[in-house]
Formats: sequence, C-alpha cells, structure tokens
Amino acid sequence: MQQLKKQLQEMQKRLEALEKQQSDVPAVQQTAPTQESKSSPLSVRSGKAFMDIGLVGTFDVGTSSASDIEGGTQLGGHDPNQRGFTVQGVEASFAGAVDPYFRANANITFSVDSSGDSFLELEEAFMETISLPWNLQLRGGQYLTEFGRHNPTHLHAWNFVDVPLVNGRFLGPDGLRNPGARLSWLMPTPFFSEALFGVQDSQGETATGFRSSGHSHGEEEDEGLPFAFRHPDNDRGVQEIGDLLFSARYSASVELTEAQTLLFGASAAFGPNANGGEDAGDTDTQIYGADLTWKWKSPRHNAGFPFVLWQTEAMVRRYEAGRFDWDENGNDLPDDGEVLNGGSPAVLAGETLVDYGFYTQLLYGFRKSWVAGLRFDYLWGEEADYERLNLTLDGEPVGRDLSRADRWRISPNLTWYPSEFSRIRLQYNYDDRQGVGRDHSIWLQFEFVLGAHAAHKF
Amino acid sequence: MKFICIWLLSVAVALAQKKLEVVATLPDYGAITAAIGGDRVNVATLARGTEDAHFVDAKPSFVRILNKANLLIEGGAELEVGWLPPLVAGARNRAIVPGGPGNLALAQFVQLLDVPSGPVDRSMGDVHPLGNPHFNLDPLNGKAMATAIADKLAALAPSNAQFFRANQKKFEQELDRKIAEWKKLMEPLKGTKVITYHKSFDYFLRRFGLELAGTIEPKPGIEPSPTHINGLIPRAKSDGVKFIIVEPNRPRRTPEYVAGGAGAKLLVLPVLVGGNERAKTYIDLFDYNVRQITGAR
Repeated sequence: MQQLKKQLQEMQKRLEALEKQQSDVPAVQQTAPTQESKSSPLSVRSGKAFMDIGLVGTFDVGTSSASDIEGGTQLGGHDPNQRGFTVQGVEASFAGAVDPYFRANANITFSVDSSGDSFLELEEAFMETISLPWNLQLRGGQYLTEFGRHNPTHLHAWNFVDVPLVNGRFLGPDGLRNPGARLSWLMPTPFFSEALFGVQDSQGETATGFRSSGHSHGEEEDEGLPFAFRHPDNDRGVQEIGDLLFSARYSASVELTEAQTLLFGASAAFGPNANGGEDAGDTDTQIYGADLTWKWKSPRHNAGFPFVLWQTEAMVRRYEAGRFDWDENGNDLPDDGEVLNGGSPAVLAGETLVDYGFYTQLLYGFRKSWVAGLRFDYLWGEEADYERLNLTLDGEPVGRDLSRADRWRISPNLTWYPSEFSRIRLQYNYDDRQGVGRDHSIWLQFEFVLGAHAAHKF
Repeated sequence: MKFICIWLLSVAVALAQKKLEVVATLPDYGAITAAIGGDRVNVATLARGTEDAHFVDAKPSFVRILNKANLLIEGGAELEVGWLPPLVAGARNRAIVPGGPGNLALAQFVQLLDVPSGPVDRSMGDVHPLGNPHFNLDPLNGKAMATAIADKLAALAPSNAQFFRANQKKFEQELDRKIAEWKKLMEPLKGTKVITYHKSFDYFLRRFGLELAGTIEPKPGIEPSPTHINGLIPRAKSDGVKFIIVEPNRPRRTPEYVAGGAGAKLLVLPVLVGGNERAKTYIDLFDYNVRQITGAR
C-alpha cells in the first residue's frame, strides 16, 4: 500500500512536470496566427500565407537635352522615356511553393508609355522544381533569360535608373525573355559553380536580336530605318528545332576573404533572327557575354553598410543579316520611303555584322542608407558593307546605321533609402553618340514597395 | 566472399559513422549545436558574430554549403527573411526547406516578445509581425534551443541519440550554473533603466530585470532623427537612464551624444557569439556582457 501511494505521488509529479513543459513551449505558434488574422484578412507575410504578394512602384521625373529620349538616349523599355514624369513600372509580384514538388514566381508589370497609353506585361511567370536528383533544377514558363548579371533582374533590383546600353542594344528594351524551359546544374566543384542550359521561343517582341518584329512597346513604329536597314520578316513560327532560341550560362564564385566575394560568369545565346525572310535562307544570331562581380561588405556592417560592389559585363554579337531588296513592291522604281543606291532601290547583300559592348559600374554604400554609383557604358560595331554603300533615303544620305554606331555614356548617381521599402535616386547621364552628338540627362527616381519584399540575391 | 563481407561491413560502419552536416544561420545556434553534437556533427555557420543578422550577404558559396546539409538551423520569425530564402531555393536540398525533416526554426521553441497585438503596418518601421527575433540573448532560451537541437539531432542520427542527450544535459547544467551566477551578479541592477540602439537586447534585459526606457532608433530599422534624439535625451535624464547599450556594428556618434547628454554610460555589447574576440562561446557571450554591465556600475 505504502509503495502504491509512493508510485502515485511520483506519477502526479511527472504529470505536473509534463504539463509545465507543454505550457512553456507552444505559446508562439498559438498566439501569432490569431493575432494576425485580426488585422489582415489576406496575409502576405512570408511563411504564413500560401504566397507572398508584393507591389513595387517606380517613377521618374527629369529632363534631357536629347530630342529622341525614348529608344534614342534611353534604350530600355522601362527607362525614363520623356521630359517630365515617367511611370517606369508598377510591378506586382507573386511567389510561393506550389506543392511539395514546385515553387512558382510571377511578375506582372503595369505601365504607361510616353504617349499615355497603359499597357500590361507578363515579365515572368514560371515554376521551378524543388528537388530533382543530381543537383538539377528545372524551370518552365515565361522567364528572363539568365544571360549575364543585368538581364535576369527586375526594375526594382537595378542600381541605376536605366538599363546598361549593351543590354538595351543586344538583349532588347525589355531584356531577353520568352516562354521556355531551362535546366540548371549545381556542379560538384570545391567552389560554387552552376551550369544552365535553356530553350525558349525565338520570336516575339521580347526576343530582340532574334526573331523579333523589331518593335516593342514604347517605341514609335516606322521612325527611322530598321536594324541593318532591312525590314524584319521571319514569322514562320517554330517548324524545326533550329527555330528555337538556345542559351547557356556558367557561373562560378569564390570568396577571396571573409568579406570579399568574386563571381564570374560566361553566357551565350544562339537562335535564328528575323533578318532572313524567305529568299535569304536561314540567318542566325549569336551573342556571347562575360561578367565579373566583386563585392566587399564590411564584416561589421550595419544593415548591410558599408559595402563596395564592382560589376562589369561585356558582350559580342555576331548577327547574320540576310539579303534584302528594297524594291518590296517589285516595280523597279524608286518610291517614297525606299532606301536607294545610286537612284534605284537598294539591294543589300547578306553579310555578318559584328558588334561589341560593355558596361562597368562601381557602387559604394558609404553609410547606412546611402549609395553612390558610377557607371560607364561603351558600344561599338565593325562598319559593315551596307554602311559603306552611300545609300540614300528621301534624298538624304543615310550613312552609318545608328543602331550599330559607336556610343558611350557615363552615369554618376546617388541613392537614398529612407527605409528598406522606399528609395530615391538622382542620376545624371552624359551621352555621346556617333552621328547624333552629345546629350545631358538628369533623372530623379522614386520607388515604393508594398507587401512582400523579395530577399536580395547576390 | 569473406573479403566482400568485410568490405560491406566497413561501408556500413562508415555510413553509420558519417557525421551529420549541420548549417546554422547564426553563430549562437552553431555554438550550441557544436556543444551538443561534439565530434559527431560538422557545423558550418553562415553569419559571423560581428554582422547584422538581418542583412547577411547571400553569397553563392552558401548555396554549396546548404546543398550538402542534413540539417539547417535557423532562427525563423523573419530574422533571416532578407537573405536566406533564395539560398535555400537554390540549394536543391529538399530536406532543409521550411517544413522539411532537416529544417529547424528555433523561434518555434521560445516565447517571443513584442508580438504585435494590434494591426501592424510599415509606418511603424520594420516591425517583425511574428515578434522580436533576437531571442538568443535570453540564456533560458539557450536551454530551449539546446533541447530543440538535441531532439532534432537525435531524430536525424538515432544511433548517436544517447551521446547528444548526454551533451545536452552537460550543456544545460553548465548553463544553469552560470545563469544562477549571472542572476546574482545582476541582482543589484534590477530596475536599472537603459536605452538600446535597436530592440536587440530586450530578451537579455527582461531576463535580468533591467528596464528598456527607449531606443535610439525612433522605429525599428529607421535612422535616428534629430527630433527623436532631442526628445530622447531629456526623457533619459529624467528617467535616470544608466546605460546606453549598442551593438558593435552601430555608428557610435549618436549613442555617445545621447550618453553624454543623459549622463549615462555607453556600453558596446556583442549580440551574437563571435561579436568580439572574448565572446567565443554561448556562455562567454553572457559572461562578457554581464561583466561589462556590472563592471560599469
């Protein structure tokens, strides 16, 4: 009996201890969700909701001495595009896990172009595997090609108000992006290295340099001559595998010291271009790029400051222009709007055009919330046969192809982040374009973030 | 045949002995894991003790480390939300994704302070809607973390469970002994009013009975404005604030100004293991901080 009593007492003690343990533990899990549902019917916080929802609005005000801001001094479709105010973009982002196998991401941009028309763009919407064997990852959907450092980024992540010139010229005003799929492999090297291989459609307005119609939103149609002075004509869809756009990228990173990281990348994109047309046979474009990023972040940083970031990207484009006859109506007579060679409609022979470009930029986060930046852009092309033909348009000599002519730009800027969720940036651009002249532009950008704020990638 | 058997056996032994690869986001979690895991786990830590835990660089090399991990130990409660998610996404390691068998978010095991009770929006600054995530600075939370970590290690490597339990017990006993010592040292300071830069020391202050009389940041993550500082100083003076406590990575000029104006003493205290050369272990971190405060009295 005595023993039984003792046992009972012991059991009671244990029970009490257990109860105490339990009451210690789950307090957080229980309180947090109920308190949140009081204030927000739709929760957009990470880890709590089925997806993170965010909205970023980016605007500009400024002026330029250039008469051709949109598509002239500013090559980006979301760059400041006119004197006065510009809606650079209002981007809604949605991200989250789909199920145990996939995560997905979508970015939809609302904007207003320089003529005041609203438009909507599907920047990205893709799904990605969470765990394939052999360190592989597959992505499918509409996405920005992972070519170099700048192309896969959204407006919010840019360090300057506008796209680098080399990106605007080679990869297009909206960046190279199309529906497709890509496989990525995290390689078993003793340092970080990753290989990517992608296949995308090569037609459409966001496949500049490939089978794009040559115009995208914001650019006024029929202003000036088309690229390489030939009207693009290659809208046959996809009939064979060679009609697709293939891209590849390899990147590797090492840490030089605890505070310094180096990232190197090499990218390539191959695909048919729209310059061929039926008679010219197949014409292809190849773009190669190399990039180098070096970052120093103080080991005692305060909210990420101070830091120094140096990023450089260089690209080469090899573009096969198809044979083109300006006598498109077949009357053998010089008509208005036709490019002429010695009084009759010009016939341009097929040839390969080679262009180069690079940008290099330095950012210095000199104190908390303040970043000073400096970027230098340079573009040049090898003068091609068609540019030496003394062609004329409406009686005027056309000379060099302005979409391939040399130009450079220097852009200092200063950014202030009142908080992590707002930004004010002042930038000056000095442009020097061969055949056009020099221009000064000044832009003040302001941006807000509502809701989820995607984590910063390296 | 015999040879193959021996070979198979040695492979089996090697597999059983294979160390768990653990990645800790913060050095405090890493230090506790190392104390419990001993030589049967490899621990890699992503953030350094001198860094601001909210703003760690998402270095590509971290992707490689996370790729090989059996276990990721994170704080959770949005502590690492600014840099960890893309790293975990890029790591292609299903074990460590949130909710995965190899993911341990320690905030679940402690009682978080400052959980907002009313509506929250960002006009209040960068408020953590899930509560204050700097919970490592309460040594009793250290015990809760040790339990959670030992449970997880034991679940992932059951053959080493006894070893982990023994180490956990040892760690907790030492921590208990030290907590008693720290409490005794801090006893005379009960009710002392302090001002901190960010809300990083709340757990520490609460555990030892110190009172937070204000912060140098007007709102979480917002830079101090002259108006705020000019209001703070007379308040600190009339409240009799004794200490201004700042993390090592904060600018000193404003805290020095406030300390001077309020007649308080400025203390620079690490908030993470490795925050200075003296705070080598989890216990060292408190030893150092307690001695700084009590020594400054």
